[in-house]
Amino acid sequence: MAKLESSIKNMVMSLTFVSLIASALLAGAYALTKEPIEKAKQDNTTNAIKEVLPDKDCQVGDIVEIKLDGYETPFIIHPATKNGELTGAAIETYCTEGYGGTLKVMVGMDNEGTISNYSILETSETPGLGAKAGEWFKAKGDIRGKNPGKINFTVKKDGGDIDAITASTITSRAFLKSVQCAFDAFKQYQNK
Amino acid sequence: MNGLKIIINGIIKENPTFALLLGMCPTLATTTSASNGMAMGLCTMFVLMCSNMAISAIKNLVPDKVRIPVFIVVIAAFVSILQLVIKAYLPALDSSLGIFIPLIVVNCIILGRAEAFASKHNVSDSLFDGIGIGLGFTLALTLLGSLREILGAGSIFGLKLFSGDGMLLFILPPGAFIVLGYLIAIVNNIKEKKK
Repeated sequence: MAKLESSIKNMVMSLTFVSLIASALLAGAYALTKEPIEKAKQDNTTNAIKEVLPDKDCQVGDIVEIKLDGYETPFIIHPATKNGELTGAAIETYCTEGYGGTLKVMVGMDNEGTISNYSILETSETPGLGAKAGEWFKAKGDIRGKNPGKINFTVKKDGGDIDAITASTITSRAFLKSVQCAFDAFKQYQNK
Repeated sequence: MNGLKIIINGIIKENPTFALLLGMCPTLATTTSASNGMAMGLCTMFVLMCSNMAISAIKNLVPDKVRIPVFIVVIAAFVSILQLVIKAYLPALDSSLGIFIPLIVVNCIILGRAEAFASKHNVSDSLFDGIGIGLGFTLALTLLGSLREILGAGSIFGLKLFSGDGMLLFILPPGAFIVLGYLIAIVNNIKEKKK
């Protein structure tokens, strides 16, 4: 078959035709992957809650949204109870000031606000640098067992008590800020 | 040309990283570890195979003056499908490669092969070219990623080789340029000797 010549009619037809097929394929792929994507996100959240809570055999209650002054999106609290008593919470927190944009973290703390564990939910930090936040604050800059209400919860460069990730101060600041927000939101939740 | 010859051509003579020097952005940015480099290479290879075949199949239906927009639409469609699939079934990979998966659309290797090879050859040859160039890219990225991970983090594919942090410089962008520069020098040296 000879190649189509570049007349207006042919050009419009070929572009329309290709675009239509491409969008049909995309729509199909979107429909097929919509559920698995939702499920993957859901699993990610449930696993993160389990991982970060201080007490493993507790019940996770319904979510409560807490708004803090100066933050548009609310912080989501997953309260953990045992025999009807509050034992702590997993808090979905974020900070928009990461090196690569928004950083989403799940932080677990007990009733006093002492951090039991954390897990990064979403990050666009630099691979190999800021993306290390997932392990860093459990190793060298360990924040577990620390309480943002009692110590200076900022990086050492800013006069705080936490070791920042080497060569990733901005990510570290954003991470600590998100944990601080989680702490504030949890305190506000407890006072309600 | 037979299939094997086209594949070997893509890996050695027209290796996208060491010979053609195409697609430098993902090459430098995603090779912070061996597994990241390899994953990026495999994703690119998948898109390259699909787009080469599709473009070669429709080449006679596409008038010359609109070929670039048509090629880009085809490539973007495959990349978006790949991204959805990765998000659905490999969420860990999605979080480690992040923005670089959608950016495969603008990787010049893919448009380059569409223009230089797929639009002039038949479907099966184009598929072999996609495999060859894709393998060449994957190998180059894995090599680069391994070297940077060994020097910068003291590990390979996440396995610790020696204790300590390694030289952080090699994980940082300058390290990518340094390692790539030396690799290209070595490859060129070997080529010169063969002549």
